[in-house]
Amino acid sequence: MGVAHPTDIGVEPGVSAAVSRLTVVPQRRYGIWVGTAFALLLAFLIIRAFASNPAFAWGTAVGYLFHPSIMRGLGNTLMLTVIIMVLAIVVGTVIAIMRVSPSPVLRGFSGVYVWFFRGVPALIQLIFWFNLSLLVREISLTLPFLGTLFSVRTNDFITPFFSAVVALSLCEAGYMAEIIRAGIKSVPSGQSEAASALGMPYRMILKRITLPQAMRFVLPPTGNEAINLLKMTSLVTFIAVDDLFYTAQSIYARTFETIPLLIVVAFWYLAVVSIMSVGQHFLERHFGRSDIRREPLTMRALRNAVSLRGVAR
Amino acid sequence: MSDVKSENRTRFGVPANSMVFARGVRKTYGQLEVLKGVDLDVPEGSVACIIGPSGSGKSTFLRCINHLEKLSGGILLVDSQFVGYDLQGDKLYEVKDDLLCQRRAEIGMLFQSFNLFSHMTVMENLIEAPTQVRRIPLDQAKAEAEVLLRRVGLSDKVDRYPRELSGGQQQRVAIARAMAMKPKVLLFDEPTSALDPELVGEVLQVMRDLAESGMTMVVVTHEIGFAREIGDQLVFMDGGVIVERGVPREMIANPTSLRTREFLSRVL
Repeated sequence: MGVAHPTDIGVEPGVSAAVSRLTVVPQRRYGIWVGTAFALLLAFLIIRAFASNPAFAWGTAVGYLFHPSIMRGLGNTLMLTVIIMVLAIVVGTVIAIMRVSPSPVLRGFSGVYVWFFRGVPALIQLIFWFNLSLLVREISLTLPFLGTLFSVRTNDFITPFFSAVVALSLCEAGYMAEIIRAGIKSVPSGQSEAASALGMPYRMILKRITLPQAMRFVLPPTGNEAINLLKMTSLVTFIAVDDLFYTAQSIYARTFETIPLLIVVAFWYLAVVSIMSVGQHFLERHFGRSDIRREPLTMRALRNAVSLRGVAR
Repeated sequence: MSDVKSENRTRFGVPANSMVFARGVRKTYGQLEVLKGVDLDVPEGSVACIIGPSGSGKSTFLRCINHLEKLSGGILLVDSQFVGYDLQGDKLYEVKDDLLCQRRAEIGMLFQSFNLFSHMTVMENLIEAPTQVRRIPLDQAKAEAEVLLRRVGLSDKVDRYPRELSGGQQQRVAIARAMAMKPKVLLFDEPTSALDPELVGEVLQVMRDLAESGMTMVVVTHEIGFAREIGDQLVFMDGGVIVERGVPREMIANPTSLRTREFLSRVL
């Protein structure tokens, strides 16, 4: 018993005073000071340039902010975004399920789909659909014995809005398929194995076990996609759908107030993206919270202990 | 149904009280032969424990029983019936998915990693298969689930999510979930291997109760003590074959094969 037990160690008064006299001197980070000064200067110069240059014509921009045409364009942009996003999620889910299917044909089909629609620029797909009538003049359904059931001229129903919706939702579905597939893959295989062992058929496992659990992983990147899509819809200007950008363009084509109208457009995109970002933040926090819902402190300690042990190994 | 059973019995020599009957079961993955002809009889109401080093094929064999893995050869009958096939003449026709699911629902399985559905509460886990697969009314399923939860001692955890439970509690819920389908036989794939040592006992206790209530069980395990106490037969597998089988107490005390002896000396 020659070694003193830790509780036996007493701190002498002199040592304790010496310890309490010590102060910590933070490390000097000169680089950060230089960088900060530079950033502030840059910000000042940019703001001054924006404020002092009369070509920006802020007054004109403010005047157009709630212009009826701009409002109609904004409405169309929002409507396009919602319709395309919903269709993309539906089609993307189907493609993603095909992608993880046991059938090599379905896997191949969905692989080619994703490869094609993600690979060809959205603008080119858009213009292609708009010009579908060059490829197919007439769409008809003809059955043997019954004859032609219906027939429409392609140009009659391929309106700019229609081709915008079809082109961009097929394109966006390619991205959504990859996100949903990643979500499905992130669900541990033991989950579907346990469901199989309980006698659940494949479809039921997908619907009730795999997809609901994939949602948690799918949601955050889907929010990003929605924000990207909102901006991507500005491409429809090329096929004369009167979205936000197109209406602004048609105004400045007449009045030559190009910069103020671009400011108006940028403002509205920024405003909607900001609202969407806030929404996404709350959605993610909601789903993140459900993860630790009603978790007692002891469980958390246990979990931490387990994960620490995992690291130590 | 019973026609099929009695036909199988006379044709393959299946004993009348057989629950699991395996003859010459082989399983290959490409070039790799994991099971090289496994024979096993598990009579109704008995407990068979399978031990062996990792990679010996014991888990694969277990997964063959409920057709999670297709056999590459041999036959495997549960309650004198094929699980994944219909026998007509000399041909084994693969059954349609819904029939396979029906038959699988009668074979419960427990996993090393519990595999409770993590987005569902304990109660939802228990009633999922009975209500969705068997179409049992919700009230009845809930009432049955409550009885089962009481049996595994977790009545107070009904509304908890799996992540809020300890490993031992999760495995007990998993056992209750399997029991909710009223299976003919329960397969355990190393049910206590992922548990902290102090949690193993509570799971083994539940398994002991099940065995005493007459449940037919096939247990792949490293718990030699459990095998000795509860098992009606002990099977030692190595390299895809059954090396030795016998009455647990005798086999553990006095293994005849050198490989069994070596393995037991390492785990005991």
